[in-house]
Amino acid sequence: MALITTNQVVLDLSDPDRHAATRTLAGTLVASGRCTDLETFLDDVRKREEQMATGLPGGIGIPHARSTAITEPSLVFGRSPTGIDWGAEDGPATLVFLIAAPAGGGEEHLKILAALARKLMRAEFRQSLTDAPDAATVVDIVDREVVNP
Amino acid sequence: MKFVGVTSCPTGIAHTYMAAESLEQSAKAAGHEMEVETQGAVGAEPLSAETIAAADAVILAHDLEVKDKARFAGKPIIDVGVKKAISDGPGLIAQAVAAVEDWRINPERAAAAAAAPAAAGGGLSTKVDTGVGVGTKIRQWLMTGVSYMIPFVAAGGILIALSFMLAQVALGKTGAIQIVQYGLAAEGKFNITQNFNPVSLTSWAALLFVIGGAAFSFLVPILSGFIAFAIADRPGLVPGIVGGFVSYTIGAGFLGGLATGFLGGFSARWISRWKVHKGVRGIMPVIVIPLLSTFITCGLLITVLGRPLTWLTDTLNTALTDMSGGSAVLLGLILGAMMGFDFGGPVNKVAYAFATTGLLAAGTATDSPQLKIMAAVMAAGMVAPLAMALATTVRPQLFTEPERENGTAAWLLGASFISEGAIPFAAADPVRIITASVIGSSITGGLAMWFGVTLRAPHGGIWVSPLMGNILGFLVAVAVGVLVMASIVVVLKQRDHSRAAVAQVADAVIA
Repeated sequence: MALITTNQVVLDLSDPDRHAATRTLAGTLVASGRCTDLETFLDDVRKREEQMATGLPGGIGIPHARSTAITEPSLVFGRSPTGIDWGAEDGPATLVFLIAAPAGGGEEHLKILAALARKLMRAEFRQSLTDAPDAATVVDIVDREVVNP
Repeated sequence: MKFVGVTSCPTGIAHTYMAAESLEQSAKAAGHEMEVETQGAVGAEPLSAETIAAADAVILAHDLEVKDKARFAGKPIIDVGVKKAISDGPGLIAQAVAAVEDWRINPERAAAAAAAPAAAGGGLSTKVDTGVGVGTKIRQWLMTGVSYMIPFVAAGGILIALSFMLAQVALGKTGAIQIVQYGLAAEGKFNITQNFNPVSLTSWAALLFVIGGAAFSFLVPILSGFIAFAIADRPGLVPGIVGGFVSYTIGAGFLGGLATGFLGGFSARWISRWKVHKGVRGIMPVIVIPLLSTFITCGLLITVLGRPLTWLTDTLNTALTDMSGGSAVLLGLILGAMMGFDFGGPVNKVAYAFATTGLLAAGTATDSPQLKIMAAVMAAGMVAPLAMALATTVRPQLFTEPERENGTAAWLLGASFISEGAIPFAAADPVRIITASVIGSSITGGLAMWFGVTLRAPHGGIWVSPLMGNILGFLVAVAVGVLVMASIVVVLKQRDHSRAAVAQVADAVIA
C-alpha cells in the first residue's frame, strides 16, 4: 500500500500546539484503518517527543514512532500557514511530517522512510511542498521524489 | 579532505538519515568527501575498512552508542549528538577540518593516537569485529594472516610447479629431482646467479624453481606478521614477521608461525597500552614497541619451543625406524597422517626425511621397501592441496573469496606434491582442516603401501610418474584420500557458524 494518499494530507493545519496537531494528523490514519488505536499511537509519539522534540531548523516538525497500533508504514503531511511550535530553536514548524511505522516494520518500507528523512534535508524538496497547491500534488511529489525516485 | 561518519538516533527511522544527509551535503558544499554509516532501523551499510583508512577525520553524530567505535581509533573524532548534525552540518565539517589541521601542527596527538592501535591513512587493512565472541575473533585474526599469505603461496607454488614441468622437458624423467639442487647460493654449477644461461631450458627451469622457493620462504613470516597485525595493528607487524621468520628457520612450520603471530600481536598490544611518560610516547611506535615485542616473541619461541621441537623430531624418527620392520600398511597409515599434519612443519618433515634418506639407502634396487615408503609419503603429501581444491570447487560457498582463488592454484600445487598449497586453509581453520587432512592423507599412505606402489623420486608429484611402479595404484590411493578429506572438510565446514564473520575479514583485505 502507498506510503501516503490524498487522505493523509492536511493543508490547513490550525491546531494551537504540537500535541493537538499530532492528534489531528493521526486521525487520518484511524479513518483509513492504518492505526488501530489512536491513544496508544499518540502515546508512543509523545514518548519520542519527550526524549527530544522533533522540530528541526527550517520550519519542520517530524513527530514519529514505531508503534504496535500501526498496521502499515505511513506518512501524514500537514502544512500550517501560521506555524506551530515544535521545539526547534529557529521558530515554529510550517511543514509537519508524521511518520508512523509498525513495531516490527518491514525492511523495504523502512528504507522509504529513510529516503524521506534524507529528502527533508533538501531545501528544494521542502519548498516544493510549501508551494504545492493541493493534496494530489503533495502525494505526487512524495511518490516521485521518495517512493519511486 | 575525506571524512567518514556514523549517525544514530533512538527510533532509527528519521534523524539518523537526516543527519547523514546533512553531513554529506555540508561536506560536499565545502569541497570535501564524506561517507556516512547510518546505524538506523534499516540494516546499516557498513563503511569499508578502506574508506575508514583513507579518512582524515571522523564525525560521530549519535544518540545511541556507536557500534564498533574501535574502527576509528587513531583519527581525529568529532563526537556530538545527532541533532547537532542536522542543525549545523557545515559547523561540524568546519570542526573536523580544524581538528585535522590541529593534528598536523601538533604531531604528538597523532603519535599518542597511533600508539593506541590504528592505521592512520595506510593501505593495509583488516576488519576484526569488536562485538563478537572469542572464537570468531580468533578466526578473523587467522583469516587476516591467511589472506595476505595466499598470493605468496600461489605465486611461489605455481613457479615451482612450472619449473618441474620444464625440468622434465629439459632433463628427461629425472628432471624434477635434479632441478631442486639449484639455489641462489648453491655451490658450483648449481648456483643459478652465476650460471644462468638464457638458451638453456634447464637454466630457465632452475630460475623458476629458485624464485618460487624465495616466495615460499615468506609464507610463514607473512602469515605470522599479519595475524599479529590483525591483533595489534601496525605495532604487531615487526614481532609477527620476525617471529614467523625464526619459526620458519628453526623448522617449526606454519603451526609455529601461528604461535608467533599470536605472541607478537598480544605482546605488541600489551606494550602499546602501557601508560608512559610524555617524552617516551613519541618513540613508542617506532622504537619501544617493536623492540620489546620482537624480543619477547622470538625469545620465547627460541628458548621455550626450541628443545621440545628437537625432542619431537628425534622421538618421531626413532619411532619410525623401530616400525620399519613391522606392518607396511600401518607404517603407510602413520607416515600419511604425519604428512597431512603440518604441511612442511616438523612432523611432516620427519616423515619426509625418513622417506628420502631411505631412498638414498635403497640405491639402485628395484623393489626395496624404501621405494614403497617414498611412494606412500609423496601420495599422502598430495592429498591435502588436492582435497582443498576439490572442496572449493564443489562447495564454493563454504570458502572466502581469497580461499577460492587459492583453491584453483591448489590443483596444480597438489599435483606437483607441493603440500604448502593447503597451508592457507589449515592456517585459517586449523582444527577442522588438520583433522580432515590427517585422516585423508593417512588413508592414502596406507593404500599406497598396500598396493605396493614404488617411487624413486623425492619430489615432483605427477611429473615424476615415469619413475613410479604401479602408477594406477598411486592414482587410486591419492583419489580415495582426496575424496575422504574433501568430504570431511565439507561436513565440518557446514557446521561452522562463524563463517560469515570470517568471510567479512577476507573481503576487507582484498577490497
